[in-house]
Amino acid sequence: MSDIIAPTKQAAVEAASVETVALMDQLAGTDIRAESPLYHADLATVAKQGPKAGGVTLQEHKLLGHLVIRGSQDNAGFLAGARAVLGFDLPTQPLTAAEDGTLSVRWIAPDEWLVILPGREAFELENRLREAMSGHVAIVNVSGGQTVLELSGPNARAVLKKSTPYDVHDRNFPVGKVVTTVFAKSQAVIRRTGEQNWELVIRRSFADYLWLWLQDASAEFGLVIKD
Amino acid sequence: MSQKNRLASGGRVDRAKALNFSYNGRQYPGFEGDTVASALLANGVDIVGRSFKYSRPRGIIAAGAEEPNAVLQVGSTEATQVPNVRATQQSLFNGLVCSATNGWPNADLDLMGYVGKVGGRMMPPGFYYKTFMYPQSLWETYEKFIRKAAGLGRSSTERDPDMYDKVNHHCDLMIVGAGPAGLAAALVAARSGARVILADEQSEFGGSLLDTRETLNGRPAAEWVATVVAELKQHPEVLLLPRSTVNGYHDHNFLTIHERCTDHLGDQAPAGQVRQRMHRVRANQVVLATGAHERPLVFGNNDVPGCMQAAAVSTYINRYAVVPGKELVLMTTNDHAYQAALDWHDAGRKVVAIVDTRQNPKGDRIDAARSRGLKIIAGSGVIEVQGSKRVTGVSIAPLNAAGDALAGSVERLSCDTVASSGGWSPVIHLSCHTGSRPEWRDDVIGFVPGKTVQKQHCAGGINGTYGLKAVLEEGARAGAAACEAAGFGDAAKGISLPLAEKVREGKAMALFHIPHTKPTSRAPKQFVDYQNDVTAAGIELATREGFESIEHVKRYTAMGFGTDQGKLGNINGMAVAAKSLNQTIPQTGTTIFRPNYTPVTFGAVAGRDCGALFDVNRFSAMHKWHVANGALFEDVGQWKRPWYFPQGGETMQQALDRECKATRESVGILDASTLGKIDIQGKDAREFLARVYTNAWAKLPVGKCRYGLMCGEDGMVFDDGVTSCLADNHFLMTTTTGGAARVLEWLELYHQTEWPELEVYFSSVTDHWATMTISGPNARKLLSELTDLDLDRDTFKFMDWRQGDVAGVPARVFRISFTGELSYEINVQANYGLHVWEKLFEHGAKYNLTPYGTETMHVLRAEKGFIIAGQDTDGSVTPIDLGMSWCVSNTKPFSYIGKRGMAREDCVRTDRKHLVGLKTRDPKVVIPEGAQAVNDPKQPIPMTMLGHVTSSYYSANLGHSVAMGFVRNGHNRMGETVFYPLADGRVIEAEICNPVFLDPKGERQNV
Amino acid sequence: MFYIYCPHCGEHREEEEFHAKGQAHLARPLDPDNCTDHEWGEYLYMRKNPRGLHHEIWIHATGCRKFFNMTRDTVSYEIKEVYKIGERPSVVAAS
Repeated sequence: MSDIIAPTKQAAVEAASVETVALMDQLAGTDIRAESPLYHADLATVAKQGPKAGGVTLQEHKLLGHLVIRGSQDNAGFLAGARAVLGFDLPTQPLTAAEDGTLSVRWIAPDEWLVILPGREAFELENRLREAMSGHVAIVNVSGGQTVLELSGPNARAVLKKSTPYDVHDRNFPVGKVVTTVFAKSQAVIRRTGEQNWELVIRRSFADYLWLWLQDASAEFGLVIKD
Repeated sequence: MSQKNRLASGGRVDRAKALNFSYNGRQYPGFEGDTVASALLANGVDIVGRSFKYSRPRGIIAAGAEEPNAVLQVGSTEATQVPNVRATQQSLFNGLVCSATNGWPNADLDLMGYVGKVGGRMMPPGFYYKTFMYPQSLWETYEKFIRKAAGLGRSSTERDPDMYDKVNHHCDLMIVGAGPAGLAAALVAARSGARVILADEQSEFGGSLLDTRETLNGRPAAEWVATVVAELKQHPEVLLLPRSTVNGYHDHNFLTIHERCTDHLGDQAPAGQVRQRMHRVRANQVVLATGAHERPLVFGNNDVPGCMQAAAVSTYINRYAVVPGKELVLMTTNDHAYQAALDWHDAGRKVVAIVDTRQNPKGDRIDAARSRGLKIIAGSGVIEVQGSKRVTGVSIAPLNAAGDALAGSVERLSCDTVASSGGWSPVIHLSCHTGSRPEWRDDVIGFVPGKTVQKQHCAGGINGTYGLKAVLEEGARAGAAACEAAGFGDAAKGISLPLAEKVREGKAMALFHIPHTKPTSRAPKQFVDYQNDVTAAGIELATREGFESIEHVKRYTAMGFGTDQGKLGNINGMAVAAKSLNQTIPQTGTTIFRPNYTPVTFGAVAGRDCGALFDVNRFSAMHKWHVANGALFEDVGQWKRPWYFPQGGETMQQALDRECKATRESVGILDASTLGKIDIQGKDAREFLARVYTNAWAKLPVGKCRYGLMCGEDGMVFDDGVTSCLADNHFLMTTTTGGAARVLEWLELYHQTEWPELEVYFSSVTDHWATMTISGPNARKLLSELTDLDLDRDTFKFMDWRQGDVAGVPARVFRISFTGELSYEINVQANYGLHVWEKLFEHGAKYNLTPYGTETMHVLRAEKGFIIAGQDTDGSVTPIDLGMSWCVSNTKPFSYIGKRGMAREDCVRTDRKHLVGLKTRDPKVVIPEGAQAVNDPKQPIPMTMLGHVTSSYYSANLGHSVAMGFVRNGHNRMGETVFYPLADGRVIEAEICNPVFLDPKGERQNV
Repeated sequence: MFYIYCPHCGEHREEEEFHAKGQAHLARPLDPDNCTDHEWGEYLYMRKNPRGLHHEIWIHATGCRKFFNMTRDTVSYEIKEVYKIGERPSVVAAS
């Protein structure tokens, strides 16, 4: 590992941010054990030994790359840079998301987006975005701090209704919408990814509490764990 | 045992399904479809409780939520006890066990009754007001006595075996009440495609249609109900909630509904099922179709068992096939109540007389009574009831036209049941919950909902509309209006309502209180509020004593208190007060109701937020290891942090001594992952830091860390931490564990509202990094075995940070110290936290690497005089008070947050309370935290206190106790002695000293 | 339980997503060091407590984390409008 990445580019004004932030590839080699926030729950074993049918299915999409991107919608160099790297526009409409293959982007706030992609691709994307974007921007790797849960099945919505005061009815929460809201006594970024599929981005330190909560809330419908 | 009052046919009970239940230890039969109340009446049980103050026997008087007397304790086992269950609302199930809650030792033979009779003045009106004001010390005595007397029931002492939960809903229309108005509204709304929730507190939808004799489309009204309910069930956007009481109507159309899912099935919910559920509803539009409660009349001894509401008599006959007596006298001010006498007569029992307070009643129901040959005594009232445990007769007398004086001689009639009706009181409770004041209407003779800011529509009885045709029309109109307001206007047109009978009704008389031959104060007790034993005489006494405001009368008499909340009594009470004050009811005041409409169980309030889910527990990435290694945990905010790691049979002090010594002598390790961490990027990050911290940040080079204090605008410290310069425009801030969210919001507040021109972004990375601190003289040796970093003391100095691999994982290592020892704080992406932690232990065995928790951390830092924000600060201390002027810059160009505050006159006094070290005269004695310093322990109480001890421990490394605390003018009193007098009589003597007890030059952390 | 329109998210959310942060439009004095103790005390502590319209600052804490202003009737709890930081209210008390 190197020290702080030194300013390698020769002072292009629009690339100023690259020279002034500490970029760090935080991933270790694949021989090093990485534990997702729900590692201790051993979902793989639960999936093998647990029920195979039920009204709710839960799956952890673990060890993905999570990047927070900050920038102003008034900054053309920011938006253009994002488009150039992502191949599509950042979703600037509130509460919308965009995705392409394994990369997805969620609107979080007018100046904040959450990108999720395969873990091993995060550092490269961060570099490319920083190269391409100009002006006042920030990119923060939060991959270790959160995880993605997918809740699906015919009773997934009923579990959500017990867990969040947000209106999850079709008329208010169509496929593709994303909201950050209260979830039990914690919070989650919820995205509807299909008719019966919901993605929850949750924080690491709350993961065990939410795992307990979801087991409890799903119990009456039958909970299936998918590995 | 036979059900002596049960009719052979009719009603909505299922005679094929016989049930048994126990009341006060005796077994009784009933049928499916019964409530406990209807089953008790079927069996001829007259007494269901004893009254609160006078201990008078009381019977069932109503058939719904307004029942004030039949409040039972239900439950067959200790674990399933539920207090305050209304017999009129509890469906009967086989094996139900219940008992009267009041009555001591039991309701039938009540020793308290003698107290009531002998010492009837023991609890006069104003009892609460006068007695409980003082002396306060006697409250506990009163409380026990009153609780027992008042029949408040008791909760279980065991764990509730049932599951309760909560569900959130959003809808276009929330319709409260599934009587004729609610059903009509629901039908309109359902057909519009709107999202509708229809809730009703009863087990069946239909409300008054379930017991009316009126027809719809020429068929029994209940058939129309069945058709409508069947259709509603077909609409996918309609949620039907029977057995669900809408208990609260809160701001912005938020409602809470208490659904009793399985209370009708048994003592305990069937396996896997939720017993009760709280629905939290956000509604675009609300339709209140809550109907009306019949208002009883106030007359002498009107509480003797056998006195009932007229409408309740009809309900018991028509819905439950129960006639609650043999011989009826009906007293009424209106046409509608005649139905009770008609039903009674048609059930084959004797109607002794209909006593109508009006001089010349006319209407279809009066004609029907006449055609049956029933005796109608017009222009008269029942002035008094005879009997004690059951009505045996009544005294009636002619009234004048106004109904406020007797106009002839008294006549006695023999009977066992007295039904009375003073008309209807609209159920306006929910409309009041959001602060709307109800309005009196003379034509309704009652209060109706007043102006409101809620998106609320009312229909039917709640508006004082009682004719079935009009009620249906109002319901449909309210439903359509609500649909239109919710954006479903077009779809809401054209539903055809069923044809209702035309019933000619005469005008009702506004009469509440029947005069007696004696003045009210001398007449037999005329009850206004049964549950709180408030009489007309009591209210008159209150007004005589000067309590003219109805709010004061209420508090003086306790009218409208308890689980009843004045459903039956409030209007009559106001009428009595108004008459006594010689003014109108609207002049006297109005009646307002607060949530909840009826009592809600704690289970439903708590939902699933109990047991392991009671609160959030946050865990670090290394938590599993801590558990496996025997850590005891301390709650820090929502975090579970290792407190200490006892080994073998160690006491806490032994474990702390071992952990402290191992760290200072070799190396210890702390899980510091819970510290708040904020990533700060942007070209103005440095300027921003300078504005929110009290010290200088302009020149902090890349690769360096700095400690900072954060103050409020008042100059008081509220958080602290180390912030590191990762790159010129990139910083990592740490906060206290408990302060993380608050600090981030603080930074955002100033950025978004004061200095939006500064180019900076803040992101929480608390959960992203796992943080472990190795501390002690062997920390470098240990780390060197696992890293490629150059750890040379001159290249990686104290307060430097470096990036490199640790145990094969990319890491940022910060050479900062909270123990005063050589320390490295290792940060890796949290997914690798446990891997690195375990690798450190693999290599650490030879150095006796010792895990320590928050308690040892506290001791080690206290030895060094390092503060903990929140423990050694309390929002009233400046950095100067803490002796940390080295951390305050007065030369920064921008007037940073806290600077001006610190310069206020009071903050620059030299004799403020200062944080100092405290060395006890006896080195083994540890001063309790919170102890107050005084100069002279012999001074009289109250002593002049100088400040309190904030941190105090025994230091195994130093062999004596160490403490920090505030002492007035302490910085100028070094070496002087102060005393700590304790509650147990001991006085601890301590010397004021520098708080840095160990290594004052800081050599250990610089090695 | 309020139902609050977040001007950044563009829809109503439950009150539990928000934190109230007190009176709005309190500008930090530009030159604190030259304020008298009295002036600083006014800024620091003196708050309005009107019966009726009140301008408040709120944050959509469990949401977009953005602050905004709200004009609220302290008697009826009606929210008259929400508007972004830096904007002025269009609904004000008649004085």
